[in-house]
Amino acid sequence: MSVLAERVISRDWGREGQATLAVYKRHGGYEQLKKALKLTPAQVTEEVKKSNLRGRGGAGFPTGLKWTFVPSKEKNALPRYLAVNADESEPGTAKDRYILEYDPHLLLEGIGIACYALGAHTCYIYSRGEFKHPSAVLDQAIAEAYADGIFGDRAMGTEFSIEVTQVRGAGAYICGEETALLESLEGKKGWPRLKPPYPAVVGLFGCPTVVNNVETIASVPRIFEKGAEWFAGIGAGKSGGTRLVTVSGAVNRPGTFEVSMDTSLRELIYEYAYGQGLPPGRSVKAVIPGGSSAPVLTAAEIDTKLEFDAFKPVDSMAGSGGVMVMDDTTCLVRCLWRVARFYAEESCGQCTPCREGQPWMARLIRGIEEGRGRMEDIDTLLDVARGIAPFPPFGLGTTICALGDAGALPVQSFVSKFRGEFEAHIRLGGCPQGETPWGHFGEFR
Amino acid sequence: MGEPLFTPAEQSAFNEGIAKLLTRYPSDRSSAAMLPALRLLQKMKGWLPPQGMEQVAEKLGTTTTAVYEVATFYVMYFTEKPGTYVIDVCTNLACALRGAEGMLAYLEQKLKTKAGVNGPRFYLRETECLASCATAPCLQINEDHHESLTKEKLDALIAGMCT
Ligand SMILES: Cc1cc2nc3c(=O)[nH]c(=O)nc-3n(C[C@H](O)[C@H](O)[C@H](O)COP(=O)(O)O)c2cc1C
Ligand code: SF4
Ligand code: FES
Repeated sequence: MSVLAERVISRDWGREGQATLAVYKRHGGYEQLKKALKLTPAQVTEEVKKSNLRGRGGAGFPTGLKWTFVPSKEKNALPRYLAVNADESEPGTAKDRYILEYDPHLLLEGIGIACYALGAHTCYIYSRGEFKHPSAVLDQAIAEAYADGIFGDRAMGTEFSIEVTQVRGAGAYICGEETALLESLEGKKGWPRLKPPYPAVVGLFGCPTVVNNVETIASVPRIFEKGAEWFAGIGAGKSGGTRLVTVSGAVNRPGTFEVSMDTSLRELIYEYAYGQGLPPGRSVKAVIPGGSSAPVLTAAEIDTKLEFDAFKPVDSMAGSGGVMVMDDTTCLVRCLWRVARFYAEESCGQCTPCREGQPWMARLIRGIEEGRGRMEDIDTLLDVARGIAPFPPFGLGTTICALGDAGALPVQSFVSKFRGEFEAHIRLGGCPQGETPWGHFGEFR
Repeated sequence: MGEPLFTPAEQSAFNEGIAKLLTRYPSDRSSAAMLPALRLLQKMKGWLPPQGMEQVAEKLGTTTTAVYEVATFYVMYFTEKPGTYVIDVCTNLACALRGAEGMLAYLEQKLKTKAGVNGPRFYLRETECLASCATAPCLQINEDHHESLTKEKLDALIAGMCT
């Protein structure tokens, strides 16, 4: 069992006034930026590489390595940008929001360090439009940092200039995808770009750009505080540090928790420090481990650890840390319909398989759920999913961005792992759970 | 042309607001300020009137078509005037597992409306995950977030809207 010995990212969340510069500085805030500014940019990147920090936005890509993809000034003299992804829209995920609300200066300090390492003088934080309060807290923190000379022409009194601007989205899941995010930052609709070229080479305004998640960047100051070796050491496997996960659905204590990556899904669901199990008599039927884009797991698969590489054997992913738990009285066809409907709504419409396939799957699932389904529909579902994502469980198939796969893989996994439930709906001509498809906590009280 | 869009005071506030936004972008990239410019317009007018979008196009050095394309892509922009209260209820999976469908039905019944109908007082909508999954169910009223909702808490919110 591994309950986290010390919290790293959420360490200061409980402290009164933590979102203000005064309190943040009183407890050592911005000392790590000061330290980093005395190193060379290459040394800073090297530390981040050594720490084994991996992207918390969903893909788990090694952060230091990503930073080295930005071409040298000799090869490419254009300005470079840092774009922080605060779009947090992956269903099941609620973590970045708390960093913005409870410890915004931690993110800003990380931004300072990252900008210096990248030679970027401009950072845009793209936050989802629905974050009224978190965005207000962040804007206040940015203003304080400017007033204190942390940002501006001479950041922390050095020759290095750093400009930081928050840009608020306006309601579109697709803008969390990094190239759609860049389009949106350029003032356009969020249509993902074909890759390559990758943003590190051709990004915002055609310039080299690194896109990183909020939690990723907020981890950076901790690496300089306690050392890259320490950060790598508290991780698991090739993943450094701790991570924030959100447990939702059928558990007794839903919440956002910081965990060691040695923690298993089972521990997260049942331990007293975390989800505190299910109500008496209820058991786990299914778990989505990393946001709704991550293929579903059965109760037999929840000994998987919350580390980025650990989900490969079960054909799923750690993703964005959004763990959604469904109990034994829940209708999984109804659950999958909610997921499929989401991808149908949020498809940007550029690629035919995604634009046409996602709504088609949603309609088929709805039909089955309402008792209008036929046995052939199950195979049609799998066919449509395969048409969008021909190479399960991973990899871009026939579409420009990974939203295509993100919508298709849940369908494939739900149908193949719980086929009996789909067949039961068809045989019965309706839902076996009757009027209460949502499980133990599914009624509004 | 009928009524002017802004009073003179509003117009200068709008001009200043846009000018301030433009300082955050490279000088040859004015059209990048599109999202914040539309947000500013909507904050002032409650929606995006055509005349306002024309002004945005002009100030950002782009076409009205480009502005419409953005305005219609994002769900938080209103190209038609919304009811006094826009109520966005998350019905995505984590919230549905904690009663969101029932909450939506309860709202429809209490407010005598249907989700998706833009009435003069209430514009009730189903929305996607609001990053409040562990504090479900949740909704936003005119962008103010409310979470861990129960019938009791919701009744208080409804009372607040019905006075
Ligand atoms: C459809 C889609 C939605 C995404 N949404 C988010 C998001 O809301 N937040 C986020 O940080 N990354 C999101 N990502 C991942 C980003 O594309 C990108 O990989 C990430 O921001 C990189 O940061 P990281 O390396 O620090 O994880 C999304 C990806 C896809 C395909
Ligand atoms: S896969 Fe879907 S969301 Fe992604 S670019 Fe294509 S149509 Fe748009
Ligand atoms: S599913 Fe409703 S807030 Fe995430």
